[in-house]
Amino acid sequence: MEKRSIGMGLEKTMSDSFITTKVNEAIRWCQKNSVWPQPMGISCCAIEMMAFASSRFDVSRFGSEVFRFSPRQADLMIVAGTTTYKMAHVVRKIYDQMPDPKWVIAMGVCTSSGGMYRTYSVVQGIDQFIPVDVYVGGCPPRPDNLINALMMIQKKIEREGSKEHHQAQPIYLDQPPTISV
Amino acid sequence: MIAQRAAEKLKERFPDSVLSVSEFREQLLVQVETSAIRDVCLFLRDDEELQFDMAIDVLGADRLVVESTSEKADYINDPFDRQIRSKKQEISMNERFEVIYVLYSNKHKEYVRLKVRVAESGQKVPSVAQVWKSANWAEREAYDMFGIEFEGHPDLRRVYMPEYFEHFPLRKDFPLMGIPGSLPLPDKQ
Repeated sequence: MEKRSIGMGLEKTMSDSFITTKVNEAIRWCQKNSVWPQPMGISCCAIEMMAFASSRFDVSRFGSEVFRFSPRQADLMIVAGTTTYKMAHVVRKIYDQMPDPKWVIAMGVCTSSGGMYRTYSVVQGIDQFIPVDVYVGGCPPRPDNLINALMMIQKKIEREGSKEHHQAQPIYLDQPPTISV
Repeated sequence: MIAQRAAEKLKERFPDSVLSVSEFREQLLVQVETSAIRDVCLFLRDDEELQFDMAIDVLGADRLVVESTSEKADYINDPFDRQIRSKKQEISMNERFEVIYVLYSNKHKEYVRLKVRVAESGQKVPSVAQVWKSANWAEREAYDMFGIEFEGHPDLRRVYMPEYFEHFPLRKDFPLMGIPGSLPLPDKQ
């Protein structure tokens, strides 16, 4: 009895799918630790994004220090700043140039909801024209919170891999430490 | 004070075109006949004594609803009095817009302001883009935001809003959140 049950257990874990899952997991592990951001620094949030990249907050601890100014080499777009209707077309064009799989962080309240710019020229949330994975509150958000958003992206990659990301649930971040995934 | 001297000189040189001279907090404002603005500006720039050689800004203003001067004092005393507020009069459409010119003299380190009034439609302001190059974009901005047209401007296009945009957003009758559908977004696939 005992021997048979062990055998069944091994059979189950050592089946054909074993290697496939492992490869997927390995790829996800690689992906999540080398998320290359494309900095869409449209306005003042970009200053905090620079702090997030440089030595004091040091995003290279998370494998994301390689800011790519070419969208074709980036996995993650950090939209940092007030997005006007005129700029929306540029943001969308750059997003379309990024290869799949790709993720988007809406950094700051202007990007997430229009923020204090409740006016004719500002898009009231970039999710009206691109799918967003993590929304970061704050005006501007502290670099800690942006790092937290990056960690959320990493957890999301670990969990969901490179599936079409706009089908996945977005995450809303108000305060850095307390939100669980 | 070179600004006062400029006002005197303008009155002397253009007796019919200078409509009023007023002062607020030591800032001199000269209201000028719209058709004469380019000549007045050229005079201020080229006069040996004055030398207003720099246009700091050219602004538009929409005075669709303002209080008349006699009610202004009451209004300042109690701006939240509804009765006074309701007394505000609609400005007649042939003086709806204002263009304000802020000029600076590098020689005297002093400012002077000029002002002209424009009708809502059909009237154009002579452009001063040939007088000061800096007025070029400032006039384009006034055109973009208020729809004030400048005659003789070398390149009167929009500055801020997309070229296909059909409205003038800083007009008082333009809704704050814009007109739905006037600014298309890219498709979210």
